[in-house]
Amino acid sequence: MVNKVWAFVDQFKGQALPASWEVVYAGRKLANQIGSGLTALVIGSDVESIAKQAIEYGADEVILADDPSLADYRANAYAAVLAKAAGEAGPEIFLFPTSTRGREMAGMAAIDLNTGVLVDVTEIKLDGSEVTAVRPVYAGKLLTEVVCAAKPQLVTLRARAFDKPAADAGRSGTITRVPAVMAEDQIKMKVTGYQEAGGGVSLTDASVIVSGGRGTANNSLQPPVELKDDAEIEKWRAQQGFKLIGELAGVLGGAVGASRAAVDAGYIPYVHQVGQTGKVVSPDLYIANGISGAIQHLAGMRSSKVIVAINKDPDAPIFKYARFGVVGDMYQILPPLTAALKERLGK
Amino acid sequence: MKIVVCVKQVPDSAATMSVEDGKVSWGDAPLVINPWDEYAVEAALRLTEEQGGDVVALSLGDENAKEAIKHALAMGCSEAILINDPAMKGADTQAVARVLAAAIQKIGEVDAVVFGKQAIDSDVGATPAMVARLMGWPAVTLVSEISEFSGGTLKAQRAMEEGRQQVEATLPVVLSIVKDYGEPRYPSFMGIRKASRAEVPEWTVADTGIEVPPALVSWPKVMEPPARQITNEIIEGGSPEEIAAKLADKIMEEKVL
Ligand SMILES: Cc1cc2nc3c(=O)[nH]c(=O)nc-3n(C[C@H](O)[C@H](O)[C@H](O)COP(=O)(O)OP(=O)(O)OC[C@H]3O[C@@H](n4cnc5c(N)ncnc54)[C@H](O)[C@@H]3O)c2cc1C
Ligand SMILES: Nc1ncnc2c1ncn2[C@@H]1O[C@H](COP(=O)(O)O)[C@@H](O)[C@H]1O
Repeated sequence: MVNKVWAFVDQFKGQALPASWEVVYAGRKLANQIGSGLTALVIGSDVESIAKQAIEYGADEVILADDPSLADYRANAYAAVLAKAAGEAGPEIFLFPTSTRGREMAGMAAIDLNTGVLVDVTEIKLDGSEVTAVRPVYAGKLLTEVVCAAKPQLVTLRARAFDKPAADAGRSGTITRVPAVMAEDQIKMKVTGYQEAGGGVSLTDASVIVSGGRGTANNSLQPPVELKDDAEIEKWRAQQGFKLIGELAGVLGGAVGASRAAVDAGYIPYVHQVGQTGKVVSPDLYIANGISGAIQHLAGMRSSKVIVAINKDPDAPIFKYARFGVVGDMYQILPPLTAALKERLGK
Repeated sequence: MKIVVCVKQVPDSAATMSVEDGKVSWGDAPLVINPWDEYAVEAALRLTEEQGGDVVALSLGDENAKEAIKHALAMGCSEAILINDPAMKGADTQAVARVLAAAIQKIGEVDAVVFGKQAIDSDVGATPAMVARLMGWPAVTLVSEISEFSGGTLKAQRAMEEGRQQVEATLPVVLSIVKDYGEPRYPSFMGIRKASRAEVPEWTVADTGIEVPPALVSWPKVMEPPARQITNEIIEGGSPEEIAAKLADKIMEEKVL
């Protein structure tokens, strides 16, 4: 019997994204409600261990396309595998993580399978096997209910919006191997190089984010004498602030975020930007340092569980959204805060 | 060389959004070109400046979408097309992608279609992948640098979540551009004048050569997010150490660590 619920396991270089397991786990629960099994789709090269993990997180069946031509994610080659497998089986609900690859795969599947896609949803309700999902739009300024009139209903789940999965090493399931669909010369794309970002914990997966804004550059630290240019000096000053931010993030096992002003000024790369034109995040704890709280920044982080703001200006809008605020200089508060939390966490 | 750049009109990112009579409202905030699409226009213009050729700005929307188109023209696009068809009201992303793809076919002999990463109103981020699939072209998304675009080959760098990736693809291609590509230019005075005089041809869906694709996704209910009750508490004290210790205790009490 064909399983009505499917889950796409997004992996990069042989490592599944944490959000993929949230998707498998959510799929397991939907499958239970409908009274169906759960199929996970794993695509890559040398990824049998991921297939086994998918079973531990809740899959009954894994369709595994394991082929050297699938080592690097190339959207059309992956989409072709997906379209063939899902096209033959005809699932009713197909879940993806809302990663870049997840969005692309779901989008391509919508074309191949002639259906629609519900992107970046934060809630799912079931009526029989009909999905009503809730998703934030306008960077979370509004919410909307969405439904898809065709099958499979393709749904990408926002990271951290669904329950944390628990692996069960005792679960069993079947692994069915399928071949790659496209030949190398049909793919028309090659990956020729790669450099890791090395930014530590990724913003979307982080349960703690410590962020810095333009205020990071506001200190009178003495720059190295070889720095002459004002812009270079400003950048250097800001980077001292991001060092403090990085140390606190390190102690808390969190990620480093930034406002657009900090990114635009070149203090820190764009991958760290939080906000409407950066990443929309919702960690358990968000600590904003030297960030005023512009609407576009708030749009990216206001659903965080606990917001802490450290800002010199008592009238900064960020304080209205903060559970705890400190009116003061981040350069004075951060070092003792890092030390105090380190001690309390027994690190 | 011919490049199509897809631009969408959205409410300004500073707009306060609300729901009025079940409909989305942005008050009197202006409608602007989707900020991500400015990077796409910039990339398209730079490619043709290096190699010669035309950039066609393409937008699907109503009368309002003219602002986005004018902005693209003012930046330097040579032509623009507006697909304005009342039957597309309430269209979902796949329906939009199908019409854009049909329009690109119709324009013909296109070497690349350039997209923004995501529209800041619907936040879907799937249109580029869908159009690539419909065209059967490679999808090179999240592009931060283009080092070669000639002889039938694209060499580009992608800024992915995990790191930077170098790729090569066979033209024609679909691209989406991210911010690392470089700041979009401001429209010049001459550009603005030219754009304000431009006659923008309007197409219906039928003009692209396909029937109106049905919307498969609908949004029966729009809501304002529930107001969160936040108790603001300002932590005060004598020395920074005292404040930090108090704040650390408060954070620990929230049990989020
Ligand atoms: C289309 C568009 C999209 C945008 N998208 C985003 C987005 O995605 N993300 C985003 O963040 N912004 C975005 N913005 C920009 C946004 O409007 C603000 O300009 C930006 O968020 C401001 O960053 P900031 O808070 O770091 O800087 P500022 O507003 O300059 O605030 C700096 C703050 O630091 C405080 N400060 C200074 N020195 C110290 C110190 N030593 N210690 C403590 N506090 C100090 C100051 O009191 C001030 O409140 C967007 C804007 C536009 C037009
Ligand atoms: N109605 C539209 N007209 C033209 N281009 C669009 C339209 N909708 C989306 N796009 C393009 O597709 C990109 C991604 O949009 P989306 O998938 O809706 O988030 C945008 O940045 C635009 O480049």
